[in-house]
Amino acid sequence: MTDLAHDAHAPEQAPRGAPGGRPPEQQPQMVDVFTDTEIETAAAANPAGYAIAALADSDPRVLTLSADLSSPLAEFRDRHPDRYIELGIAETNSVSVAAGLAASGLVPYIFSMSPFGVLKCAEQLRTDVAYNHLPVRLVGRLSGLAMGFFGTSHHAVEDIAVARSITNMTVVAPADASAVIGMMGSTADLDGPVYLRIPERAPTVYKTPPVIGYGEWPRLRAGTDVTLIGYGMGVGLAVRAAAALAAHGIEAEVYDAAYLKPFDEAALVQTAARTGRVVTVEEHNEIGGLASIVAEVAGRCGLNVALRAVALPDADLEVGVPADLYEYYGLTVPGVVTAALELVGPAGN
Amino acid sequence: MTAGPVTPLPPAILERGRPATSAELSWRADWIRLNTVRLIEQAGLGHYASTFSCAEIIATLYYHTLRLRPEDPGWPERDRFLLGKGHVATGLWPVLADLGYFPADWLSQFGSIGSPLNDHPNMRLAPGIDFSSGSLGHNLSVGVGMALAGRLSGRDYRVFVLTGDGELQEGQVWEAAMAGSHYRLGGLVAIVDANGFSGSGPTSAAMNIEPLAERFAAFGWLTREIDGNDPQALLDTFDSLPDPGSDQPVCVIARTAKGRGATLFEQAPQSWHLGLLSPVQQAEVVAEITARMS
Repeated sequence: MTDLAHDAHAPEQAPRGAPGGRPPEQQPQMVDVFTDTEIETAAAANPAGYAIAALADSDPRVLTLSADLSSPLAEFRDRHPDRYIELGIAETNSVSVAAGLAASGLVPYIFSMSPFGVLKCAEQLRTDVAYNHLPVRLVGRLSGLAMGFFGTSHHAVEDIAVARSITNMTVVAPADASAVIGMMGSTADLDGPVYLRIPERAPTVYKTPPVIGYGEWPRLRAGTDVTLIGYGMGVGLAVRAAAALAAHGIEAEVYDAAYLKPFDEAALVQTAARTGRVVTVEEHNEIGGLASIVAEVAGRCGLNVALRAVALPDADLEVGVPADLYEYYGLTVPGVVTAALELVGPAGN
Repeated sequence: MTAGPVTPLPPAILERGRPATSAELSWRADWIRLNTVRLIEQAGLGHYASTFSCAEIIATLYYHTLRLRPEDPGWPERDRFLLGKGHVATGLWPVLADLGYFPADWLSQFGSIGSPLNDHPNMRLAPGIDFSSGSLGHNLSVGVGMALAGRLSGRDYRVFVLTGDGELQEGQVWEAAMAGSHYRLGGLVAIVDANGFSGSGPTSAAMNIEPLAERFAAFGWLTREIDGNDPQALLDTFDSLPDPGSDQPVCVIARTAKGRGATLFEQAPQSWHLGLLSPVQQAEVVAEITARMS
């Protein structure tokens, strides 16, 4: 059985309208990858840009392509100007050009905005890149609701569903800035294509770049009452929700679903058997992402497990700054806690 | 005398500009047509008229123009050929077999499950295919990537991309055209098989693509407009291509006839975009082609 956390946790009076009425110190932080070049050269705010410059230092095959998203590549361009290719506002061309480069022995990383890089280019990714087993990496900045204020055109909440249904595609969703650096390193030598879904200013989970094996889900906390699994910003929410649940006397197990494809089926089956309850946490449509992965495995393996999805509804989404949208849809620590409490029950059993 | 250790000969290189007369290439184009008819008969369905229109182009490229090394299909210095209009792979398979990319008996598997030779080419299955195709509008972009890679690696190979004229209705082609001239890719050569028809009728009746030469020129390409069924015009054009290190990509607009070489197809080209000849029709088409070849 699944339920939607946002139904239970959307405030009765939803925060609507422009945020301009708030005092400046309460303005939710927006991500600006176009003009904030100072931030875009810093590892914490721009881990993918930081990591790719370092990868190129040691691997002459590494190139970057930009579909009008050059700012995160400021450091790369400084250090490797001859290996940076700007292709303008032409995502589909960028993906096919990258396929041609990869077929010539190079390893191109395309920096693109997730809603356009994945959704607009799904067919180029499938036909030119994935079917041909080519080592193209699509680095999706501004995923999920990171551009929620700009309009529904800029939401990327279907990208995991699309990417993971493409044969041969590895789908990676690091939890925080350190994980971006760690996973860009650990996927660098893969022979096939990779989609890296970069979280924007996600709550910190890892103090240093983690070493995550191919397809593995690191267990971040052991517990017996309920399992919380997230990816991207969902991991930070799950970790913090587990701490809050402990105050209720509930021991939650927490996993980082860093790989959406391939994923750690063994870990999932084991934890489901241990706790019998799984809450998934993701900045994605409830269809096709982690909630679907868990339900597919539960059904296929006949697991006796109760499920809850903290995710975005399959509905016309609201437009607003990310922090407001997370609150509105319950993609928050209290949202995850409530979903877990619903599963465990008020008596904790 | 004792035989010493056998040193294998290095794979032979087929250099650019191999001797070929116009008459020889006309014969080769008809040979491609004949083999296409046989492959389609074997598979039960195929794209006759689209293949027939570009038979001289394929013949001239593979028997005169391209620098190749069939025994080493991945040889980095080879010229690349991308079949943007991937539905005419039936015209390419006999050529690649003839040049030694794979055994000729592979052709007998065409149309069967497990065959490395598909109706549209798959680079992972068939030696000699530089990139897969099938979804129209992608391969000029791929060619841009390969030409950029050639420049980055300091190699002087050319990248030829054969597109259909209907394919030019795909917007991605023009994204690639912009990129090709922006990056001054002199080693990139687009050949448009301008046969005037797409799957459902006259190309420009569906969506006007003309004037092609002016459009490519406006995108910064050097253009040549020729009779694409005339081997001499193809020889002259390909022999006079600018150096691959020059700074402007080239578009050869090859005006062709869809179904060229078989009266049945030429009279109703849209009817033979995809189909299967009856035995009587096939005998008629084969007789027409073989009469020319003898």
